[in-house]
Amino acid sequence: MATSLALAMGAATAALAADPVKVGFVYVGPVNDGGWSQHHHEAAVKLKEHFGDQVELIEQESVPEGPDAERVMTQMALTGADIIFATSFGYMDQVESVAAKFPNVKFEHATGFKSGPNFANYSARFYEGRAVMGTIAGMMTETNKIGYLASFPIPEVIRGINSTYIHAKKVNPDVEIRVVWLNTWYDPAKEADATQALREQGVDVILAHTDSTAPLATMEKVGGYGFGQAADMAQYAPKPRLSSIIDEWAPYYEERVQAVMDGTWETAMTWSGIKDGMVGIGEFSDAMPEEVKAKATEVMNSIVDGSYHPFTGPLNKQDGTPWLADGEVADDGTLAGMSFYVEGVTGDIPN
Amino acid sequence: MDISLINLIPLLMAASTPILLAGLGELVVEKSGVLNLGVEGMMITGAITGFMAAVATGSPTLGFLGGAAGGAVLALVFGVLTQGLMSNQVATGLALTLFSLGLSALLGQSFVGLKPPVTPELHIPVLSDIPVLGPMLFEHDGMVYFSLVALAAVWAFLRYSRPGLILRAVGENHAAAHALGYKVTRIRIFAILFGGAMAGLGGAYLSLVRVPQWTEGMTAGAGWIALALVVFAAWRPFPLLIGAYLFGGITVLQLNMQAAGVNVPVELLSMSPYLVTILVLVVMSAAGAAAGAPGSLGRAFHASR
Repeated sequence: MATSLALAMGAATAALAADPVKVGFVYVGPVNDGGWSQHHHEAAVKLKEHFGDQVELIEQESVPEGPDAERVMTQMALTGADIIFATSFGYMDQVESVAAKFPNVKFEHATGFKSGPNFANYSARFYEGRAVMGTIAGMMTETNKIGYLASFPIPEVIRGINSTYIHAKKVNPDVEIRVVWLNTWYDPAKEADATQALREQGVDVILAHTDSTAPLATMEKVGGYGFGQAADMAQYAPKPRLSSIIDEWAPYYEERVQAVMDGTWETAMTWSGIKDGMVGIGEFSDAMPEEVKAKATEVMNSIVDGSYHPFTGPLNKQDGTPWLADGEVADDGTLAGMSFYVEGVTGDIPN
Repeated sequence: MDISLINLIPLLMAASTPILLAGLGELVVEKSGVLNLGVEGMMITGAITGFMAAVATGSPTLGFLGGAAGGAVLALVFGVLTQGLMSNQVATGLALTLFSLGLSALLGQSFVGLKPPVTPELHIPVLSDIPVLGPMLFEHDGMVYFSLVALAAVWAFLRYSRPGLILRAVGENHAAAHALGYKVTRIRIFAILFGGAMAGLGGAYLSLVRVPQWTEGMTAGAGWIALALVVFAAWRPFPLLIGAYLFGGITVLQLNMQAAGVNVPVELLSMSPYLVTILVLVVMSAAGAAAGAPGSLGRAFHASR
C-alpha cells in the first residue's frame, strides 16, 4: 500500500517535472571571479536547489557586452529558454533587441533602465551600501583622501561615487575623493595598478566598483583599507577589508521564476535596497574602532527604517547649481539616469 | 600635481615586465621564422602553473620555474603541431590561446582566493643607496632585473653568437639554411620552447607579483600587446624594451594622473600607445618592405621541398 502510494506520488512528481522551466543566465565575467558574476551564479545555483527538477539552468559565462551577448541570448531563446537573466548593464541594448524578436520569452536585465512588455529590469540600491561604506571610509582615512576605482561612466557607478563622497564628507569635512576610471569591469592587473597608483598619491581607503579581488590583494601588499564588492571577500578581513556590499540576488530570482511557473510574470522595474535584503552589508571588521562601527550602524539603520535617504538635500551639482533643496529627497527617475557629480567631487566624468 | 618620476618609474618597470618577457620570447620565435599567436595562451598557462607551483612549494622561485615550464609545455604542443605535423601556424596559435584560457580556468578551480608566497624585493647593495636613482631603479624584485638581463642576453646572442646567426639564417631563408646543413625544424622547436618559457614567466609575474592572486583570464590581453610589441620593435631587442616601457608607462601614467586628480582626457592617453604603434608601422612600411621582418616568417618548412 505504502509502496503504491509512493509510486503514485513519484509518477505525479515526474509528470510535473516533465516540463521544467528553462532559465538562462548570462554573465559578463567568469563565474569564479570572486565578485559580481560569481554572486549571480551562486544565486542561480540556489535557485536550482530551491526548485530542483522544476527548473533547468542554462548558463553562459564571460560573455562580452556587445554583439556576442545578442548571439548568446538568441541561442538561449532558440533552445527553449523561458526566462533569461542578463546580468550586466552593458547588455541592455542587446536584451532590448532580442526581447523584441522573442515575445514569448521573458527577459530580465540587471542594473539597466530600459524595459518592455517581456523585458523587465531589476537592480539593487547599491548606493545605500555605498552610504555606509562612505561613512566608514570618511572616518577611517588618516590622509583625508579616499579613492574610488570606477569601471564605466554609467548611472550606477556615478551614484556610487556620489553616495560615497556625500557620506564620507558628512563625517569628515576635509575629505577628498579621487576617482580612477578603468573602462573595464574585470582586468585584475589594471585594478591592481590603479590601486597602487592611488596609494602612491596618498589615498589610504579605496572603494572598488570593479569585479575582482585584485584591489584587496594589492592593499594587503602595499597597505590601506578597502571593502568587499559584490561578494563579502571575507578572506581579506580584518585588514585590508573593513566591510562589504554583498549582492543578494537569490530571493529575487526565486520570486521571478515562481511567477513564470504560475503564469503570473509581468514586466516590472524592481529596485530594492538594504531593507528588502537585496543589498547586504558585510560584517564590520575588528580593524574598525567602536565609534566607527556605531556610526556606520546608525547610517544603515536609518536607511532601513526609512527615516533617511542617502540623497537628501541640501545638495548641489558639481558646478554649484542647486540640485536638492534642504530636506528634499532625490526621486528615482533622476537617480536612475544620474550623469553628474555632486559638489565637491573633482574631475570630469568621461563619456 | 604630485606625480614624481621616483614614484612612477618603479611602477612603470613592474607594469611592463610581463609584456617585456613575453615579447622577448616571441621576438626570438619570430626571428627563427615562426609566428606563434599563442602568446596570450602561454601567458595565462604560465600564470596558473606558476601560481600552483608557488602555492604548493611556498617558494616564489619555484613558482616562476613552474610558470616557465607550463608555458614551455604548451609551446611544445604548438611546436609539434606546426613543425612536425605542418599545421597552419596562425590557426594553431589562435587555437592554442583559446584552449589555454579554458585549461587554465580548469586548473585554477581550487586556487581561486588563495594567496601566493611573497616575492621579495632585491635591494641591490650600494646602488640602491644612491639618492633618487636608488629607489627608482634598484629596489625591484628579481624578475624585473631578470627581464633586463634576458633582454641584453638575447640581443648579444642574436647579434654576436654563431648559434644566433644560424637562428637568424633559419628565419630569413629556411631553404638556404637547410641546404647549408642546419636542422631547421630542431632549431625552430628550441626557439618555440624558449618563447613559451618566457611567456610563461610573464604570466607568472602577473599572478605572483603584480596582482598577486589567481583569477581566471587575468592576462586580459597582455599577450596580444606583447605580439604587437615585436612588430613595433621591428624585431630588435632594444626597441622592444622602449615599446614595452612605453605601453606600461602610459597605462601607469594615466592611472596615476587620475589618482592625482589631474584632469586628463583618459581616453586619449589610453589610446596613445596604439596610435604610436600605427604610426611606427606606417613609418616602417614607408621606409621599405616591412623593414626587419624575417623572410620566412610564418611559412611552413619541410625538408623535402
